[in-house]
Amino acid sequence: MTKKITIKPISRIEGHGKITLHLNDEGEVDKALFHVTQVRGFEKICAGRPFYEMPSLTARICGICTVSHLMASAKACDALLAVRIPPAGGELRRLMNLAQIIQSHALSFFYLSSPDLLLGLDDEPQKRNVFELAKTHPQLIKDGIALRQFGQEVIQILGGKRIHPTWVVPGGVSEPLRLDQRDEILQRIPDALDCIQRTLTVKKRLLDQRREEARTFANFPSLFMSMVDDKGRLSYYDGHLRFMDATGKIIADNIEAEDYADWIGEAVEPWTYLKFPYYKPQGYPGGMYRVGPLARLNLIDYCGTPLADREWTEFRQIERGPTLSSFYYHYARLIEVLFCLERMQRLLDSPEILSKHVRAHAQVNALEGVGMVEAPRGTLIHHYEIDEEGLIQKANLVVATGHNNLAMNQGVLQVARHFIHGGKLEEGMLNRVEAVIRTFDPCLSCSTHAFGEMPLVVELYDAEGQKCDQLLRR
Amino acid sequence: MNATSVRIVTLKIDDRELSAREDRTILEVARENQLDIPTLCHLDGLSSSGACRLCLVEITGIRRLLPACVTTVGEGMEVYTNTPRIQHYRKLILELLFSERNHVCSVCVSNGQCELQELARKLGVDHVHYPYLMPELPVDASNPRFVVDHNRCILCGRCTRACDEIEGAHTWDMRGRGIETRVITDFSDPWGASSTCTGCGKCVHVCPTGALSEKGRSVAEMVKHKHFMPYLTLMRKEQS
Repeated sequence: MTKKITIKPISRIEGHGKITLHLNDEGEVDKALFHVTQVRGFEKICAGRPFYEMPSLTARICGICTVSHLMASAKACDALLAVRIPPAGGELRRLMNLAQIIQSHALSFFYLSSPDLLLGLDDEPQKRNVFELAKTHPQLIKDGIALRQFGQEVIQILGGKRIHPTWVVPGGVSEPLRLDQRDEILQRIPDALDCIQRTLTVKKRLLDQRREEARTFANFPSLFMSMVDDKGRLSYYDGHLRFMDATGKIIADNIEAEDYADWIGEAVEPWTYLKFPYYKPQGYPGGMYRVGPLARLNLIDYCGTPLADREWTEFRQIERGPTLSSFYYHYARLIEVLFCLERMQRLLDSPEILSKHVRAHAQVNALEGVGMVEAPRGTLIHHYEIDEEGLIQKANLVVATGHNNLAMNQGVLQVARHFIHGGKLEEGMLNRVEAVIRTFDPCLSCSTHAFGEMPLVVELYDAEGQKCDQLLRR
Repeated sequence: MNATSVRIVTLKIDDRELSAREDRTILEVARENQLDIPTLCHLDGLSSSGACRLCLVEITGIRRLLPACVTTVGEGMEVYTNTPRIQHYRKLILELLFSERNHVCSVCVSNGQCELQELARKLGVDHVHYPYLMPELPVDASNPRFVVDHNRCILCGRCTRACDEIEGAHTWDMRGRGIETRVITDFSDPWGASSTCTGCGKCVHVCPTGALSEKGRSVAEMVKHKHFMPYLTLMRKEQS
């Protein structure tokens, strides 16, 4: 008798989703689907609006990924103006983007995922949360809070507020950086570096204890995609796209933002609002690829900062080729935070950052523009088409969580097959299915630009489609 | 009007005994005496039209409420500017304005600089009790320097008056009735095609919301300078 299990809502992720597991007659997992079930239609809302509103308009897609949308959108608008923005404008945008990566990674690792990692996956959900962790690992949680606060406050110093600042504009940024602001950020960096290095030590100790999860958490061959800079280094703001296969061979490189559609296709499935981007040369669904911290650390030639490069070298020794287990996303996130802090310091040490010339002004000079950045969760692409008056005719947003959609589904299937046997539902199994999704740190509000609320439910269906078991979590 | 032929009247506004020239409006007299009456369509330097109804006041002996901007003072008048009844109506007017078109402040060029937003904050409009109509109105960006976003327009008519009374171009006007009313340039031609517009930008600066803005201004960046209107009127009168 076949059955269907639904996990709903998936907790401790950004947004709302559910998982259904279909069991065969023997009670083994046959099919696993990760659903995102609401749509918001931001691309539609934007139609007819002046293009220069787009950074602030699309930033409203999400309260966590605000800055990433601001950046991708502003870059797309720069392309419409066809200007080279002043160097300091670019540096200041890079600075804010680094702060964004830090705050978002801190949220994902410390607040959302560390209870899974440190408290174990077989405990009751009531016990696996950040508050419980504060009792057992107070220093770790303090570091996590401090890092997130640091990232958020840098955004505030630069843009005037932590969420949805309007400082990033087409052509650059609206205000230059003042000396006192620079010094304030600079003097806080050493403490933040201490926080992340302490956490990395804890994390590396944990890796040994979590071998089974590492082996089964979306550990499969796939392609990887991310931006790298012109020297092949880790970069979140500048650069081109690179694809790598599961053996570590670079299969496509130097792809410019405006050519993304030649390489990335977007498939649609009727059971979810989240699209399925795929690597076009290998078709759908064969062209499955992963993006985000793991992909970035697999794809780069080196990071480009001393401390991060040391950690990265260690990271690359996990496997001979690219690291395939999504469990290592967490580890990659921490290395990225370290890198961001080092990069930030370097940007702020340069006198250029205080230049008053931070914005280029121009009228519409191109009718199509693409902006691409690395958001915390992976590559984010904004693609706009406008009329001669500058009004948006078409907007397409390809977001990080979308790129990972095929891999997340595959990951859920793998972990479910490993842990579920005989059609029985146990808390530990549910926890693992959820935790595998968390490694990707999906942001569902961004991915579907979706709206609404949906708790995590796991439903179990038999071969006739009758519901026979259900677990609900709010 | 000759000063000698104008009488001085005495009246009470909010129980304060005041005297004023009989040709002054209640709004002028109140503001001269530091009594605040909210307005949206009124702007110093332009004629008053009584369009927005936010300056409604209660006058003893008159059952209906009257707009202070176009009602002249009278001998023995007792005016109340801030009774619960008036407060209720003012909030209601603002709520209706918010519900009629699309006033999502967070993504507006005038966010933080908007008179409608500021007034709503000041009068404590924390909810809109009517369903939002959210009409899909066009944005006219055909002018190389300015943009009109009808979604943000509250039909106060300041742009039409500034263009007509100060610039003398009368490019702006109103078309349609009731909820279909729109501000238009020339005979409802695209602004960029207007043959009368001098491109002076006064309409943009008198606009209380984000309906008229300079092109390329990003969200919350549109700062308006409207205080020069009375000087402009004065200087132009002296020269003529």
